[in-house]
Amino acid sequence: MTIISVLLILSCLWLLGSSRLHVAIRVVAIQGVLLGVLPLVRSMGDIGFGVGVLGLSTIISKAILLPWLMNTCLRLSGIRKEIEPFVGFGPSLLCGTALLGLAVWITDRLQLSQAQVPQVLLISSFFAILVGLFLMVTRRKAITQSLAYLVMENGVYGVGVSMSLDFPFIVELGILLDVFVGVFLMGNLLFHLDREFEHLDADKLTELSDLSKSTPVVVEAVEENA
Amino acid sequence: MEVFILGCLVPLGLGVFALLIRRSKAAPWIAAIGVWLGCGVAAVPVIQALAGNVPPSLQIAWNMPGGSLTFGLDGLSAFFCLPILLVSPLAALYGCQYLAHEKKPLGMVSFFYNALTASMLLLLAARNGLLFLVIWEVMAISSFFLVIFDDEHAHVRQAGWTYLVASHIGTGALLVLFALFGKQAGSLDFDLMAKTALSPTMAGILFVLAVIGFGTKAGFIPLHVWLPEAHPAAPSHVSALMSGVMIKTGIYGLLRILTMLGHPPAAWEVQLVIIGLVSGILGVAFALAQHDLKRLLAYHSVENIGIIALGIGAGLLGLAWDQPVLTVLGFGGGILHVLNHAVFKSLLFLGAGAVAHSTGTRDIDHLGGLIKSMRWTAVTFVIASAAISGLPPFNGFISEFLIYLAGFSGVRANAPGTVILAIAIGGGLALIGGLAAACFVKAFGVVFLGEPRSSHATGAEEVGAAMRWPMAVLAAACLGIGLLAPAAMKIVLPAVQVVRSVPVRAYEETPYGVTTNALATTATASLMGVVHISTALLLLGAGLYLVRRYLPRGSEETATGTWDCGYARPTARMQYTASSFAQPLTDLFRIFLGTRKHSADPEGFFPARATFETQTPDAAREHLFAPLFRLIDRVLSPVRRMQHGRIHEYLLYIAIVLVLLLIWKAGSR
Repeated sequence: MTIISVLLILSCLWLLGSSRLHVAIRVVAIQGVLLGVLPLVRSMGDIGFGVGVLGLSTIISKAILLPWLMNTCLRLSGIRKEIEPFVGFGPSLLCGTALLGLAVWITDRLQLSQAQVPQVLLISSFFAILVGLFLMVTRRKAITQSLAYLVMENGVYGVGVSMSLDFPFIVELGILLDVFVGVFLMGNLLFHLDREFEHLDADKLTELSDLSKSTPVVVEAVEENA
Repeated sequence: MEVFILGCLVPLGLGVFALLIRRSKAAPWIAAIGVWLGCGVAAVPVIQALAGNVPPSLQIAWNMPGGSLTFGLDGLSAFFCLPILLVSPLAALYGCQYLAHEKKPLGMVSFFYNALTASMLLLLAARNGLLFLVIWEVMAISSFFLVIFDDEHAHVRQAGWTYLVASHIGTGALLVLFALFGKQAGSLDFDLMAKTALSPTMAGILFVLAVIGFGTKAGFIPLHVWLPEAHPAAPSHVSALMSGVMIKTGIYGLLRILTMLGHPPAAWEVQLVIIGLVSGILGVAFALAQHDLKRLLAYHSVENIGIIALGIGAGLLGLAWDQPVLTVLGFGGGILHVLNHAVFKSLLFLGAGAVAHSTGTRDIDHLGGLIKSMRWTAVTFVIASAAISGLPPFNGFISEFLIYLAGFSGVRANAPGTVILAIAIGGGLALIGGLAAACFVKAFGVVFLGEPRSSHATGAEEVGAAMRWPMAVLAAACLGIGLLAPAAMKIVLPAVQVVRSVPVRAYEETPYGVTTNALATTATASLMGVVHISTALLLLGAGLYLVRRYLPRGSEETATGTWDCGYARPTARMQYTASSFAQPLTDLFRIFLGTRKHSADPEGFFPARATFETQTPDAAREHLFAPLFRLIDRVLSPVRRMQHGRIHEYLLYIAIVLVLLLIWKAGSR
C-alpha cells in the first residue's frame, strides 16, 4: 500500500511537471490503475465480490474509458498537444512540494476515529486533491481542466478507500458514474467550444460574458483570435 | 384544523389545473371556483374559532432542521382570515371578467392569484418561524408575478422590480429576526418562542427588526416605496387583493411577534405612534397630489396602515401603563380597521379598475361625468369613499371611532406617560380623516361628477355583472359592518385577547380591576349610540331622497349648462382639475411633497399656448432609497471585478476557500 501511495504522489508530481497532453493523460490512466488495485490491496487478500467489482470498474473507467475519451477528444479537436500553463512547470513543481507539505500537515492534524487508517495513503490522497485543484487553476486548456478534475476525484476516491473498505461500494460506483458523466459532458462541451471559437482556451471564455465588454482582457482575446 | 388546510389546498389544486389549461378562456373561471370552494371550506373553522371554539393545532412531521409543520388558528389568525375570505372570492370573480378581453393566456395569473390566496391563509395559521418564512416568501413571489402581469410595459417591469427588492429587504429583516429569536428561544416554534424570557435590549432589537420586516409589507413610511409603484401596475382585482388584504399580513406579523416579546416598554408605542402619524398624514398628503387614480388609492393604503399603527400604538400604550380601557379600545380599533380597510379599499380598487376598464385611462384629469354612464360603480365608489374618510354610517367610522375613544381614555387615564401620546393619536387621526375626506371629494368629484374631460370619459359604459356584483357586495359590507358595529366588536375581541393575554402583568391587579368583557360592554354601549345615530342618519337620507324623487313630480325636467359667469364658450376642460382642487392642501405640505411644477404661462393679449403640469415623485424613493442604493452601488462596484467570466479565477476562489476551510478546521483542533 505504501508503494501505491508513493507512486500516486510521484504521478501527481509528474503531472505538475509534464508539458505534453498525451503524457498527462497517460499518467492519469496510470493513477486509475493504481487506484483500481488499491481496494484489492487494502482488503488484505480477503477479496469479496463488492471489492472486486469496485476495483475492476475503477480500472475500466478510470484507466481505459476516460483516457480513451480524452485522447479521442484531443485527436478530433486537433488542438496543440502542449499543456499551456499560467504557472511554469518549475514553479508548479515547487508549489507541488508546498502542497505536499500542506497535505502532510492536514493529515497529521486530522484525528480520525478509526485507528487503522493508513497515514501514507491519506497523505497521498489529499495531495492528489490539492494538485487537482492547482492544475485546474493554473492550466489554460479546457481539456486539462477535465483532466485535473479527474485527478481531484482520484484523490477523493483515495480518501474514501483509506477511510474504510466497508464504505458501501454502491456509493463509490455512483461517484464513478458522476465522474464519467462529468468528463463526458466536458468532452462534449469542448467540441462545441472548439467549433465555435476555434480554440480550447478556457481563459478566453470571457468572450461569452456580457459584463466586461470594455475590459482589456476581452479585447486582447479578440485580437489574438483575429 | 385539517378542514382549514384543505380549504387552502383546494384553490391551489384548481390553480394548478388552470395552469395546465392556461390558454383556455375557462382557466380564470376554474381558478375562481377554486377560490370560492376553498374560502367556503376554510370559513367553517374560522367562524368556529371566532365563536370561541378554537381548533387544536395540527402538527405534521417535516424533515427540516428548525422547522415543523405546525398550524394553529386562534382568535387573531381567525380574525385576519376574515378579509381574505371575503375579498379574495369577490375579487377573483371580478377578475374573470376584468381579464376577459386579454389576448394572453390567463392560466398563469389565475394560478398565482390562487397561490397568493392560499399562502395568505396558510401564513395566518403557521406556528413555526421557518414555515412562516417559507410561506411568506411564496406569498411575496406569487404577488410579484401578479404585479408583472402586463410585463410588456417597461414601467410594469420596473414596478415589479421595485416590489421584489422592497419585499426582500423586508424578508431579510425577518430572517434576522427569526434567526436571533430562534437562537434565544432554542426553537422556532411560536409556542416555545413565546415562553422565552428576553433581555430588554434583545426584545428592543427584535421589535425594531419586526417593524422593518413587517412594516415593509404593510407600507409604513418610509418603507412604503413599493406600494405606489406596484398597485397601479397590477391588474385591478390583484391590487384590490394586495392592497386590501396582503399588506395586512404585515400587521398580523407585527401583532404576532408582539405577543411573543413580553411586556412592551414605553419606547415601542412611541415608535408606533410616530410611525402611524407620519404614515397617516404623509400618506394622505401624497395621495392628494396624485393624478393616477390607482396610485392615489395606493397612498391611501399607506394612510390607513398609519391609522392601524396608531391603534396598535394606543393598545401598546395601554399595556405599558396598565390602562385596560386604552388597551382594548386601541387594539380593538386597530384590528377592526384591518377588516374595514380591506373591505372599502378593495371596493375602491375594484371601482378604479372598472373605471380604467371602461375608459382606458387611470388619469383622473381625463375623466369626469362618469356618474351618468356608470351608476353602479359611482354609487359603490361613493360609499367606499365615505367609509375610507371615516364618515358614519359606514364601517370606517366605527374603527376610527374606537381609536378616538382610546385616545380620549388615554387623556383621562391619569397616567403620566399617556397624555401626550393620546392627544397626538386623537389629533393626528382627526387631521388624517379630514385630509382623506378632502382627497376623496377630489377623487370622486373629478372622476364621476361634472362633464367628461376627454374622449376617454365620453364613451364610458357600465361594466358587466361579474364586475358589478362584487362591488355591490363589498358596498353592502361597508354599510353592514357600520350598522352591526357591536357585533363587529364581538368578533374583534378574541383577536384582542390573543394580543394582550401574553404580557406578564395581570390585569386583575390594576386599580380598575376590569376584565375584557366588562370593557367590551362599555365599548359596545358607546357603539350602540353610534348605531342609533347612523340609523337616524340613514333614515334621514332615505327620506330626503324620497322627497327629492317624488316632490317635483309633474313638473318638467330640463337639462341646462352650469352658470359660467357669462362666458360664451365654456368647455369641459375649464372644470376644476384634480390638481387645482388639491392645490391649497398640497401647497400646505409642499416641503414634504416636493411637487415639481412645469408651466408655460400664457403670454400677451392673445395667448396661443400654455401648459401646466405637476409631478409628485415619492419623497422616500427620491431622497432616501435612490441615494442609498447609489451609495451601495459605488461601494460594492469593486466587487464586480471578481465576477468577470474567467473560469480559472473562479476555480481559484473555490480552491482558496476549500484550502482555508481545511486549514481552519484542521488547525483549530
